[in-house]
Amino acid sequence: MDNSKGTEAQKYVWEGAIPLQIHLHESEVTTLPPPPPALVLAPRIGYLPLLVPQIKPFFNSALPPGVDTVWFEYKGLPLKWYIPTGVLFDLLCAEPERPWNLTVHFRGYPANVLTPCEGEDSVKWSFINSLKEAAYVINGNCKNVMNMSQSDQVELWRSVLNVNLEAYLWVSSKLKLGIAGDEFSVKWNSCVLKSQQSAVETDNTGSVKTGRIPVRLYVYNVNEDFDDLEDAPQIDSWDKISYINRPVEIHGEGKCFTLLDAVKSLLPEFFAEPSLTNEEISEVAGGDEQRLPSEEYGSSPRTTTADVGETSCEHVWSSDVSDTTEIKLLRIQGIEPKLEIPFGWVVNNLMNPEHFLHICVYVRIPEPITI
Amino acid sequence: MEEGFDSLNWDGTLSSSEFRIAALAFAEKWNRFNSTSLPQWSWSLCPKHPWTAAHEAEGYLSLENVFLREFSEENDDEVSDVGKEQPSCSGQDDAIDGAILVQSRGDEIHLYDFHIVYSLSYRVPVLYFRGYCSDGQPLALDYIEKDLPSNSAKLLMESKWTFITQEEHPFLNRPWCTLHPCGTSEWMKLLLSTDASRAQHRVEFENYLVSWFSVIGQVVGLRIPFEMLNT
Repeated sequence: MDNSKGTEAQKYVWEGAIPLQIHLHESEVTTLPPPPPALVLAPRIGYLPLLVPQIKPFFNSALPPGVDTVWFEYKGLPLKWYIPTGVLFDLLCAEPERPWNLTVHFRGYPANVLTPCEGEDSVKWSFINSLKEAAYVINGNCKNVMNMSQSDQVELWRSVLNVNLEAYLWVSSKLKLGIAGDEFSVKWNSCVLKSQQSAVETDNTGSVKTGRIPVRLYVYNVNEDFDDLEDAPQIDSWDKISYINRPVEIHGEGKCFTLLDAVKSLLPEFFAEPSLTNEEISEVAGGDEQRLPSEEYGSSPRTTTADVGETSCEHVWSSDVSDTTEIKLLRIQGIEPKLEIPFGWVVNNLMNPEHFLHICVYVRIPEPITI
Repeated sequence: MEEGFDSLNWDGTLSSSEFRIAALAFAEKWNRFNSTSLPQWSWSLCPKHPWTAAHEAEGYLSLENVFLREFSEENDDEVSDVGKEQPSCSGQDDAIDGAILVQSRGDEIHLYDFHIVYSLSYRVPVLYFRGYCSDGQPLALDYIEKDLPSNSAKLLMESKWTFITQEEHPFLNRPWCTLHPCGTSEWMKLLLSTDASRAQHRVEFENYLVSWFSVIGQVVGLRIPFEMLNT
């Protein structure tokens, strides 16, 4: 049962990188001609400030005198450095732009918009705090993270910094943050992916300790309709994005908790009536049972609204909202996964190293609603 | 049975609806007993998502425009409210109280906003706060730490139950300071699992925020009205 090298999907996520073309903001150019843009590959699981040692040499000679306070911007929007680079890309580039053109500033930090960043150390502490939060969500305490030895902590951070999946899996396995509710991944992998190895690879899913999954959800409210992603309106303010930091609670013993169930519990307003994802749902309900051994399901994989997590049970579905709104895009780690995929598989394979699953969603609300 | 927890199995956390009840009870008591000329706590509704059902009203408690005195000098833990109509940072305005001027280094007045927000991850209340000059300029953490009571740095250094970090306010999209909640459930469990509650097998969550704030408030120099603890 060797799980030390990670699953195929984990490898894709860790190897994922975004080609960046970084321009120095014109207000900070003191040379003629201005310095050419820097081209770097940014790891998806990384953070923008970690690129600074790499890009600084490109612009060093052009900078005005002063102290560096580095921040990045995309089309006028200051980028939050504590959001993983891949998530920023998924969220802000509906139609992926390659290379992704970013602007870097070494001066004039927008302290009223962004939390201060003092280089790698700030990123590291933000990462550790997120890891602690994830551990608390999963285990009900963060002792395992708090009691990490200094050397393990250094090792863990280095594995993220150097994008070393094997080293990461080795250190993070000590944290005992196994995600529950993925007993279906094994079946899913062996049935659907026809991969002999995958059954072994997802073995870390056996221990069921908790039903709470750390999720960070970014919802972009779009007013205009669009057919192609390239026509999606540009995000020019963080106020247009609703950030929801709410654990997903996995319920329903003996039946598959899917990504759709998770999204329902996070955005119950969209699932009041069988409306927008209706086609997909029926497709799932029809197709799944044939592909997966039926005895694995206590009931149909299509769960009813009553099966969704505790929080959503408090809701009374309001149909008038769901009739006019729709989910245009749901993206995790650069892909748009099918909603019938078992949520446990999604979490175990597509989560970021701080154990949070970051989900980007575009929703359309036809009329502009003043809040 | 809806108004408390089973004290034997309780893990020190609250649900979001219990938080709301505890928060309103806390604000009501504060506003009744507060005699220190501090502002009142009020319940603020979160900016509503256009796609959120109307009844899903999430909120947080807020106490704004608080003036924290120079704690390092004479009055170690007193606070007073200067309100919104205070003079600018220049300190040239004649209307300003001379005593305050002296204590605030004569040139700047720092105001603070405090928000108590429920964390869905930690299932406990979290204190967010920010400091700013009267012209609205936000204060850097270095300055804020100077405004905190002199025993607060020591308190934070010695104890492992919390520390100050800078994070994005969960609803306002702006950087705020926060006292990290990772230890909260544990010390709240100790604090509220008293002999009396053990005897009754109940923990009253209505008093959760009062107890919580009696500890948390010390760090930022906000003293809870004494009467609140006895009711």
